[in-house]
Amino acid sequence: MTLNRRGFLGTIAATGAVLAAPAVLGQTKPRVVVIGGGAGGATCARYLARDSDGAIDVTLVEPAEVYYTCFFSNLYIGGFREFESLAHRYDKLTGEHGITHARAMAEGVDRDAGTVTLAGGEVLAYDRLVIAPGIDFVEGSVPGWDLSRAEIMPHAYKAGPQTQILKSQVEAMPEGGTFCMVAPPNPYRCPPGPYERISMVAHVLKARNPTAKILLVDPKDKYSKQALFEEGWEKHYSGMITRIGPDFGAANVEVRPDAMEVVIDGEVEKVDVCNVIPAQKAGMIAEAAGVTDDKGWAPVNPHSMASRADPRVFVLGDASAQGDMPKSGFSANSQAKVAAMVIRSELTGSKAFPAKYSNTCWSLIDTDDGVKVGASYEATDEKIASVDSFISQTGEDADLRKATYEESLGWYAGITADIFG
Amino acid sequence: MAGRGSINLAFRLALVSALGATALPAAEIGDAGNGAVIWGDCAGCHEIGPEAKNAIGPKLNGIFGRRAAGLPDFDYSKSLTRAGRDGVVWTLETLDAYIANPRTFASGTRMSYPGLDDPGKRADLLAFLRDFSDRPRDIPEAAPTARRTLPELPPDILALQGDPEFGEYLASECQACHQASGADEGIPSITLWPEENFVLAMHAYKQKLRPHPVMQMMAGRLTEEEIAALAAYFATLTE
Repeated sequence: MTLNRRGFLGTIAATGAVLAAPAVLGQTKPRVVVIGGGAGGATCARYLARDSDGAIDVTLVEPAEVYYTCFFSNLYIGGFREFESLAHRYDKLTGEHGITHARAMAEGVDRDAGTVTLAGGEVLAYDRLVIAPGIDFVEGSVPGWDLSRAEIMPHAYKAGPQTQILKSQVEAMPEGGTFCMVAPPNPYRCPPGPYERISMVAHVLKARNPTAKILLVDPKDKYSKQALFEEGWEKHYSGMITRIGPDFGAANVEVRPDAMEVVIDGEVEKVDVCNVIPAQKAGMIAEAAGVTDDKGWAPVNPHSMASRADPRVFVLGDASAQGDMPKSGFSANSQAKVAAMVIRSELTGSKAFPAKYSNTCWSLIDTDDGVKVGASYEATDEKIASVDSFISQTGEDADLRKATYEESLGWYAGITADIFG
Repeated sequence: MAGRGSINLAFRLALVSALGATALPAAEIGDAGNGAVIWGDCAGCHEIGPEAKNAIGPKLNGIFGRRAAGLPDFDYSKSLTRAGRDGVVWTLETLDAYIANPRTFASGTRMSYPGLDDPGKRADLLAFLRDFSDRPRDIPEAAPTARRTLPELPPDILALQGDPEFGEYLASECQACHQASGADEGIPSITLWPEENFVLAMHAYKQKLRPHPVMQMMAGRLTEEEIAALAAYFATLTE
């Protein structure tokens, strides 16, 4: 089902279809298939269906009935939110906006034929395809670990049962035990995510198991919001967290799940919980569709989020290689609106406007101690380029940090309403 | 939602041609390829790249976002050390000023470079240097990679003024945080704001008279026409 055999004729056919796009009005209704029901896919499906007033037939391909947001899942680990508060359903997308929810995995894409094949064999035809599958893990990036060991050493980097496993492991740690995180190399989903998680684990351990230790094995020289996290860890969790960077061998790490050991540059560490966040790439279906590059991500046109390989295919969110935007739910939501605007314009002749993108990421360090980083972006021909940014400052007073945390709660309510209706 | 579905072909053509002509989006800092050639003048004293070490001058990896005199293992002039202590951080603006005339920027700098008058060449050199600093994709707070261009809109595009359909598209950015329902916990409601108040508030953020950093950034890049379109859209909301 992998279709990398697109030749000259295929390109001509695809280009012809784009030029002729408004003419698809002659057929029944233009059809858009959206693969992936997360922040990118669900937003795009909703905006397409809502803003076209039923003029576009939208199918959302997503095997899950309930989606758990990765954003805010660290707050569940920290005890600040209930698991069920991360859960979102597709009933408003189907009920209010008339979107068809195909509950199956997409297994293959035939870009020449313009079809998606689902597990179970059903074939969906599309005029435009949106691929928003999030991430998959790069096999072998942490020697000794693979998905079959994820119940012993959870990644918890796709929210759901993995998040619950990690939380219960942290809560069951022996007194004075060691929590270890193997952090991922760039680029990966949610740049501050691993460090917010360290904060949330520390928050739990400080209350339940104050002599426990946290070992952060990080292959990167620097990371997002570093000064803010380091200041917060010293303030709230002094002496609990040790970070081992690449200068002490953190880029050379192996895990032994059966023995609960982590080997850092030849040194064996015995640990009680090990959160392995491997290197990442675009979700499998992007590769199956033949739109990924040799690094495993899908390059897109910055003005539209259309694949560089095929103007009828759009790739959103974590899976896309677009330039400067971090891989985040906010970014995916922002990109989805641009793609929906462009697709509507191509299929129904609605107005097209210049692309605009933005992102903000909030992180919680401890109770009422919230920080944020954000940026605005514009499309250049080469990439989505950052033009402005801001970040919380070290030394801010407690009232501002509390307001920032409360703002993040408002954002969660706002963006999930924007994504799921 | 007024105007939805109607196709104004003349308008669309005007927009498309205007976009092509005025290059509405952000401009790259400069041409990094040209910058690599200019770098030849710097390479006698500075190193850059994965293997770079301090030489006569400090290595310049990660220069964007670094405090002046920020490398612990380089012996800087008193002048640059003082600049760093005073909070000077290397950004597009500060580096541009320093390269234009080093001794005007820091009178006692030991950098013997006479300065580069041509702003285009400085932009190219900055683009080259920027490629060796943190990527915003990985560290969102990293320095910009492009200069924002506020477009000069030709008269036919001024027809955008108050266009609720344009406003609806722009408003989708607001609705990542502000709920259309008017819910206002943690983040205030903006639904059913009177048009005039909305315009005044956006301009207050744009001029940094209102303090919130997210809103200063969001409003900071809105043009007058875009603010008008947003106001027109929010005025059409009926619930």
